[in-house]
Amino acid sequence: MNGLIHSTESFGSVDGPGVRFLIFTKGCAMRCQYCHNPDTWRNDGALSMSPDELLDKAERYRSYWGTEGGVTVSGGEPLLQIDFLLELFEKAKQRGINTCIDTAGQPFTRQEPFFSKFERLCTLTDLFLVDIKHIDSAQHRRITRHGNENILDMLRYLSDVKKPVWIRHVLVPGLTDDDDALRRTRAFIETLDNVQKIEVLPYHSLGAYKWQELGIDYPLKDTQPPSAERVKNAEDILNGRI
Amino acid sequence: MKDAWRGFVGRKWKEDVNVREFIQNNYTMYDGDESFLAAPTEATNKLWGRLQELQKEERAKGGVLECETEIVSSLTSYGPGYIDESMKDLEQIVGLQTDKPLKRAFMPYGGIKMAAQAAATYGYEVNPELVKVFTDYHKTHNQAVFDAYSPEMKRARHSHIITGLPDTYGRGRIVGDYRRVALYGLDYLIKMKEKDLLYCGGRNMSEEHIRLREEIAEQIRALRGMKKMAEIYGYDISLPATNAKEAVQWLYFGYLAAIKTQNGAAMSVGRISTFLDIYIQRDLEEGTLTEEQAQELIDHLVLKFRMVKFARIPSYNELFSGDPVWVTLEMAGIGMDGRHMVTKNDFRFLHTLENMGPAPEPNLTVLWSSRLPESFKKYAAKISVSTSSIQYENDCVMRPVWGDDYSICCCVSATQTGKEIQFFGARANLAKCLIYALNGGVDLNTHEQVGPEIQPVTSEYLDYDEVMHKFNAMMSWLVELYVNTLNLIHYMHDKYYYEAAEMALIDTYTRRTFATGIAGFSHVVDSLCAIKYAKVKTIRNDEGLIVDYEIEGDFPRYGNDDERADSIAIWLLKAFMKKVREHHTYRHSEPTTSILTITSNVVYGKATGATPDGRKAGAPFAPGANPAYGAEKNGLLASLNSVAKLPYEFALDGISNTQTISPNALGHTDEERRDNLCHILDGYFDQGAHHLNVNVFGVEKLRDCMEHPEKPEYANFTIRVSGYAVKFIDLTREQQLDVISRTEHKVL
Repeated sequence: MNGLIHSTESFGSVDGPGVRFLIFTKGCAMRCQYCHNPDTWRNDGALSMSPDELLDKAERYRSYWGTEGGVTVSGGEPLLQIDFLLELFEKAKQRGINTCIDTAGQPFTRQEPFFSKFERLCTLTDLFLVDIKHIDSAQHRRITRHGNENILDMLRYLSDVKKPVWIRHVLVPGLTDDDDALRRTRAFIETLDNVQKIEVLPYHSLGAYKWQELGIDYPLKDTQPPSAERVKNAEDILNGRI
Repeated sequence: MKDAWRGFVGRKWKEDVNVREFIQNNYTMYDGDESFLAAPTEATNKLWGRLQELQKEERAKGGVLECETEIVSSLTSYGPGYIDESMKDLEQIVGLQTDKPLKRAFMPYGGIKMAAQAAATYGYEVNPELVKVFTDYHKTHNQAVFDAYSPEMKRARHSHIITGLPDTYGRGRIVGDYRRVALYGLDYLIKMKEKDLLYCGGRNMSEEHIRLREEIAEQIRALRGMKKMAEIYGYDISLPATNAKEAVQWLYFGYLAAIKTQNGAAMSVGRISTFLDIYIQRDLEEGTLTEEQAQELIDHLVLKFRMVKFARIPSYNELFSGDPVWVTLEMAGIGMDGRHMVTKNDFRFLHTLENMGPAPEPNLTVLWSSRLPESFKKYAAKISVSTSSIQYENDCVMRPVWGDDYSICCCVSATQTGKEIQFFGARANLAKCLIYALNGGVDLNTHEQVGPEIQPVTSEYLDYDEVMHKFNAMMSWLVELYVNTLNLIHYMHDKYYYEAAEMALIDTYTRRTFATGIAGFSHVVDSLCAIKYAKVKTIRNDEGLIVDYEIEGDFPRYGNDDERADSIAIWLLKAFMKKVREHHTYRHSEPTTSILTITSNVVYGKATGATPDGRKAGAPFAPGANPAYGAEKNGLLASLNSVAKLPYEFALDGISNTQTISPNALGHTDEERRDNLCHILDGYFDQGAHHLNVNVFGVEKLRDCMEHPEKPEYANFTIRVSGYAVKFIDLTREQQLDVISRTEHKVL
């Protein structure tokens, strides 16, 4: 089946290991205040592309991947199109391509039919990049309009099946950079045994213009990127160094 | 010679001048990492500190510290010069172009008007007696060329359809094999040239042989002059160098001879790193040199390369901005026998960028192959990320053509060291050629009939087949005129501004290549795509000339890995090169071409009207083989894939590509950035691409540097532009803006 695609990018180097081909899917149920891709929220205007079409395009860049690179599906929220993802990654694996999903986990549920599909997806995915927006569900809801219970549950499941995960945390001053919350996030991470890497992504305002273009009011107009010290502080806490 | 050559093995190089054979027999591969490298010595810090002060003074004085007005530059026209008289004992490697650091020599042989004008630009007046001598009594290259130019050639030059011609200064690009001075000493080299002179034309004294005899005699004179030049600094270079310090010094004297006598646009020093490593390695093994001393020798040699200067006129600076001299220097590569040629010295040369900070010169060039040792690849990439001062060229496409001892003679063009010379050929403006094709040969800027009066396009919408037919015809005219113009220039250059010092260090019976070049490449490709895949409506002025276009609909563009556009790019290169090959080229030379513009993309664009791809009149071209600004919609690798499709075999003079990557887009950590850059280089070059300039910085830094050039951290802030490196603060504001506006690849 075809996927609803926002765009592709030939050169990704910060979304998974090595140099990667990025596929941005359309559609997301969360409405994060600091989202830098609000143009992927809705399905309108999506490109309809087949897995083979996308993988043919991706493989044009195979010579740059070395031993660790491959394909990353980001979004939007890729898990909203899990049937498409299954077909895409099945075919990717047939072609010997390293696969990675960049998700915030919002669609995750242990209910059927999603759950058995997700189980199968795990066998086809080499790495999950999971964004923990906030450890506190109420705050998470305030930032994204969704609670985080099922997201943390997804991480527990991935840990149970020993699927490698990189945890990412977007550091937004005044929103997600509270030391106490970071420590609680760390405590949660310590309960998992599949985490290979923890990345702090400093908030930037480069996506703000897209909000403007879409005619949506940007809630973080006055927010500045975090200082280098605050970024280091968050990295230290989340990695259990302090 | 026995003592000088102690421990060196091999036979052929001892019986004949054959530096390549010497290197292959004696170099030591290095597979380790950079941990052995030494920090700068106190002497290095002092000398570099002093040189930075001088550079600051130079900038404060408008770009030139001092100009010679009384003495014509020659091998022996000056006494010794040092970075600082009071610190001269600290200089391990000595020798300046004039008697003072950064003072620009008076070099009138290329053209007296230009030499005088260059001095006048900076407030110096050349002695009128000297002007008289070179106007009335001694003909210059420039005078000779203009004597012979046809009216058509003058029109083409004046209208900038052919530009950057070396008719007012040295053509450069001739790389003497300076290593010969160290390996053989001058007495042996003189003896060999005397032998050549003896046998030249003995049975057939044709015009060709008479000329060659005269040239060999000039070469011998230059070799004798080199000996005297070295004596001025207290060295006798009659015999081969006996240790590493002498080898570096002897080699540098060879190069110094070139830059004292020629003001070529590009004055490359060539492939010297592996060669010098052999001497350093021997001294290290004999216990007469420490790693710290070895690094000091290389640092001091590089200090000298950072000081090479020529007096230039303003229009030259517009073409080649930032005072470049292309002291291009190569490292790494793979030998014909399959061994990699990375030595410790390659690390030392890269390490100069850490010991003394980034700098545009020498133009450090890594001859890349994915088969180079990982440790070296990673170190080079690391230095690239931190300094943006390195360029990369694909050894795997060059080695089959040029062997394993080629040098890069300009920005990106290969030439076999000591075996071959290249005639530099500037470039033809193909974007303007396309406009001529539409307008029946009339130039929009000068309103002159420059090209042939072919039937202009009369329809409102451009028809692809009609445009291609006319463009082909116009390109045939242009190529013929272009090649003829170059033939004339090189004839006169050989006659009036012969490179005796460089040619003395090259085989007497040398191979010659005849370089040409293309400007406006991506704009022609995109224009043809627009005409083919969209609807292009013409907008005419009162005279009926097409001056602008309206494009209706979307069209594929070069730089997106899109076959529709890229196949037109390949066609354009091949068509141009095939046309060049149809013509006689001077002195049995082999024609080549390049897609390379240096910084001249701004000036060429300025002189060129609007193009059917939507580029506005006067807007800068994309540099070199780069896709047009704003055309790349699929990210860095898609852009690289498009350029990688261009067949190097049709552009043996080089295909230059410059990319700027924001550090944040290259990786989160320095280690990731380094590794990802290695992947990019492997992926690009494994597809047969030729060249890549890599810059790693954000646009914010460029903007800040443009607004605050006085900040100390920007004094040596170096960026790669088409084929060379330059200090950003030395570019004109126009070029700074061009660099800023050009694509910076960002990930969403």
